[in-house]
Amino acid sequence: MSVNIVIIDYGMGNLRSVQKAFEKVGFSAIITRDFLQIQKASHIVLPGVGAFGDAMTNLNNLGLVELLNTQVLEYKKPFLGICLGMQLLAKKGYEFGEHDGLGWIDANVVRFKDDNLKIPHVGWNNVDFHNPSVLFQGIPDHSDFYFVHSYYFDAPSTYAIGYCNYGVKFVCAIQKENIFATQFHPEKSQIHGLKIIENFANFTKETQC
Amino acid sequence: MLKHRLIPCVLLKDWQLVKSVQFGSFRTIGHPTATVRVYNARNVDELIVLDIDASLKGEPINTEIITDMANECFMPLTIGGGIKTIEDVYAVLGAGADKISINSQAIKNPYFIKEIATIFGSQCIVCSIDIKKIDGQYRVFNKKEGLLDIDPLTLAKEYERQGAGEILLTSVDLEGTTLGYDIELLKLFTDSLHIPIIINGGMGVPHHGIEALQNGADALAAAYIFHFTQYTPQMIKEELKKSNYPVRVS
Repeated sequence: MSVNIVIIDYGMGNLRSVQKAFEKVGFSAIITRDFLQIQKASHIVLPGVGAFGDAMTNLNNLGLVELLNTQVLEYKKPFLGICLGMQLLAKKGYEFGEHDGLGWIDANVVRFKDDNLKIPHVGWNNVDFHNPSVLFQGIPDHSDFYFVHSYYFDAPSTYAIGYCNYGVKFVCAIQKENIFATQFHPEKSQIHGLKIIENFANFTKETQC
Repeated sequence: MLKHRLIPCVLLKDWQLVKSVQFGSFRTIGHPTATVRVYNARNVDELIVLDIDASLKGEPINTEIITDMANECFMPLTIGGGIKTIEDVYAVLGAGADKISINSQAIKNPYFIKEIATIFGSQCIVCSIDIKKIDGQYRVFNKKEGLLDIDPLTLAKEYERQGAGEILLTSVDLEGTTLGYDIELLKLFTDSLHIPIIINGGMGVPHHGIEALQNGADALAAAYIFHFTQYTPQMIKEELKKSNYPVRVS
């Protein structure tokens, strides 16, 4: 099956950076919010920077929540959430009030609590691999990736594939079957980040079984 | 563990990247895309580019160059210069920048920070403050209007309150001199702010970086050292690492 990657355009952030990361590793990717394009896609990417509530509002208003549920949960298309795109997979987000997320993963998105920490958590931090995942294939454990966020994914270890430490040890990468997500920005994390992008693009429903 | 970043901070002028000394006497360091490509190949942590034609002459923001540079950049890219409106922020981020740096407009209207934060999030806002020391007192300096009677720390606290993500702190007196960072200024800020501080202006040898980290800097910005000395970003980080500061070395 040919690879047909779509990057969901829902008005939240650095879509072009993600697109050119795919191009850099030899794949093309379309930035779109068009239902037909998304239905035709083999791989779906949900990037995003900004606030949790706004993002869910946009997804709802564009009718994308139901579409994503069908494409990812039902048809099991490979999915990659990046940064806010990972956080939205949680049941609840607590940024500027309480908001419902997509609820694909049993998690809450909460603010870093430690008063001595500088917020946002910005810069390069090492990711400690947890359960083995194709997403990290060819990447050394404890490699540094670029983070920038003020809220984190508070989740049990069930689907964790990577942890990061910033005052608290938190889940920074997950895989649940066809669903992948990273709190850090692979598209901004130089060679190791680009390797993640490549691994995701090479992941198919066949390789997953 | 979170690593301290070492960030090249260069200026865009007449379609060239340049380096200044105390905000004057510009020296060309190269073509924008070629220079960014080199920085990307050298695996730097991040890159800041300030468009001084846009900030100083009021020329429109050059999104064409930003796009070209962003295309070469697989690390975070911060773009500043001449950003006055939410539309400008859209244009700069849309061209591929990850963060924007604002200076003059934030001095005029700190609430602009909150407006940006509400739409794009605090993580993309770097507030740049240029500072000069006059008669033992620190004062905010503006490229266009000169010295302003504003206490920089008061201004920075207001920026933090409005939702700034990071502060880029530049000593005009030391910028481009290789005499070392203004540590006294840095301490004043690190003791009072809760957002990350990028210190800028004066790094001439790796030891200057160590001094700044000892005194609470989160990240180090520099330019002269990368272009006019023998030190590469990697060599500087090796030195920082020897002094037990966490940095990303490849």
